[in-house]
Amino acid sequence: MTSVRLGTYSMRISTIGYCLKQGFKNIWRNKMFSLASVATMSICIFLFGLFFCVVKNFQFMVKEVESGVSVSVFFDEEVSQDQAAMDEIGAKIRARDEVEEANFVSAEETWESYKYIYFAEAPELADGFANDNPLAKQAHYEIYLKDVEGQSSLVEYLESMEGIRRVNKSVEVADILTSFNLLVGYVSVAIIILLLCVSVFLISNTVTIGIAVRKEEIAIMKLIGATNSFVKAPFVVEGILIGVIGGAIPLTILYFLYTKLMGYMSGQFDSLSGFIRFMPVDTLFQTLLPVGLALGVGIGFFGSFLTIRKHLRV
Amino acid sequence: MIDLENVTKAYSTGIHALNGVSLHIDKGEFVFIVGDSGSGKSTLIKLLLKELDPTSGTIKVNGINLNKMKQRAIPKYRRKIGVVFQDFRLLKDRNVYENIAFAQRVVITPSKNIRKNVPAMLSLVGLAEKYKSYPKQLSGGEQQRVALARALVNRPNILLADEPTGNLDPKNSKEIMKLLETINERGTTVVVVTHNQEIVDQMKKRVIAMHRGVIISDERKAGYIQHAN
Repeated sequence: MTSVRLGTYSMRISTIGYCLKQGFKNIWRNKMFSLASVATMSICIFLFGLFFCVVKNFQFMVKEVESGVSVSVFFDEEVSQDQAAMDEIGAKIRARDEVEEANFVSAEETWESYKYIYFAEAPELADGFANDNPLAKQAHYEIYLKDVEGQSSLVEYLESMEGIRRVNKSVEVADILTSFNLLVGYVSVAIIILLLCVSVFLISNTVTIGIAVRKEEIAIMKLIGATNSFVKAPFVVEGILIGVIGGAIPLTILYFLYTKLMGYMSGQFDSLSGFIRFMPVDTLFQTLLPVGLALGVGIGFFGSFLTIRKHLRV
Repeated sequence: MIDLENVTKAYSTGIHALNGVSLHIDKGEFVFIVGDSGSGKSTLIKLLLKELDPTSGTIKVNGINLNKMKQRAIPKYRRKIGVVFQDFRLLKDRNVYENIAFAQRVVITPSKNIRKNVPAMLSLVGLAEKYKSYPKQLSGGEQQRVALARALVNRPNILLADEPTGNLDPKNSKEIMKLLETINERGTTVVVVTHNQEIVDQMKKRVIAMHRGVIISDERKAGYIQHAN
């Protein structure tokens, strides 16, 4: 029993080996078309990768900016003298879903940072205030959001709270970021779908030509008693291989390009580094590499599989 | 082994390629099917290979009713039938060895067995020396022998030969026929479709003559039958 099973097993392995070999041979025999497919597939995945880099970096930068967008809450006069009341409001704020972090800034701290900014060149002027803090009623909470989108609902809530005198916010930044994020999302989805369609069409074309070239061989296979899957397998292997090669080439190029570009940007635009931070190449490729390769394999598989189904009614 | 009962095949053009054909071929027989072009010989081969389905009537091969055979079962059925054609139908980009091994790979034979079976088959057809040659480097007779080796390597119990000597000179034709006879003596049922009168006359086997889709004679140890038009 075991030997029969082993026999079947070894047969399967040799058949898989044969189909793989045939797939490679198909590509070789059909050199020009395979090359054209790999090239166009590479371009598609390269464009996809490029787009992915831009979108990811944009999202990365937006997140950075978002984390800097804050809402400041100032208290009514009586409340600002009452630490327990301010703590209570703080707890309520922290309980909100939109809030990433809420930091209490006391009147003294507010004065310190104010002094630091406005009396930096003449600290002796600030000393004139001695122990009389001119910002005594300016204790506040600095609230950082998880998402800019949550700002308006939070502000609405804060304004309705008892004991709140004023809410400072940056509506414009939030609005612009929100709508830009949406736009980038839509455009990227549209372009990616377009690229996928083009790639599937190209693979399908290559496989159609491959089938036409090997019509005689397929007819002979069928007469000898080859099963449908045996006839189809080399074509699917061919499609997947084109996908893998067409994915690996642009991803490698992108990796080096991105690394080079980052190096160049940080060298040339040193002053920008405070405002714009690019996504590290390794973080970016943690997603881009598997997605790009899966895309290549997927397009190769579906492109060839659907085409064979259409042309080989075996 | 092969049973046809009242088989009719009409094409969509309205032509009746076969018209109520009934015939029985026993296991181990050697049968010639002769007739002019348009007599229905090739349609008969295609029906036996289940490339076509009859319009009416029943075909049974190896005890299996082809009318009821599911699409999925066709490959397995064809593995029990070897087939050779007038135009050899070899894979031009592969050498002799690979052409024969190809038939074994199709039926998922382990590599170890392929390495044993292919040389044995090549010796049988007398081409052991030429296993590395490509089809275009071989004569017509040699190519047909490769095709025969390919048809036989999976040990079919029926061999169908559609005009196997159609592209060969008399000497090569004779050799191929001798080979077919040897194969038949080893127990394979052989059905040869031909209009090579000389060969049929020499072999003295069962001859089924067809004309316009009908069997007009079926005689044992006969010669080529000249039928009146």
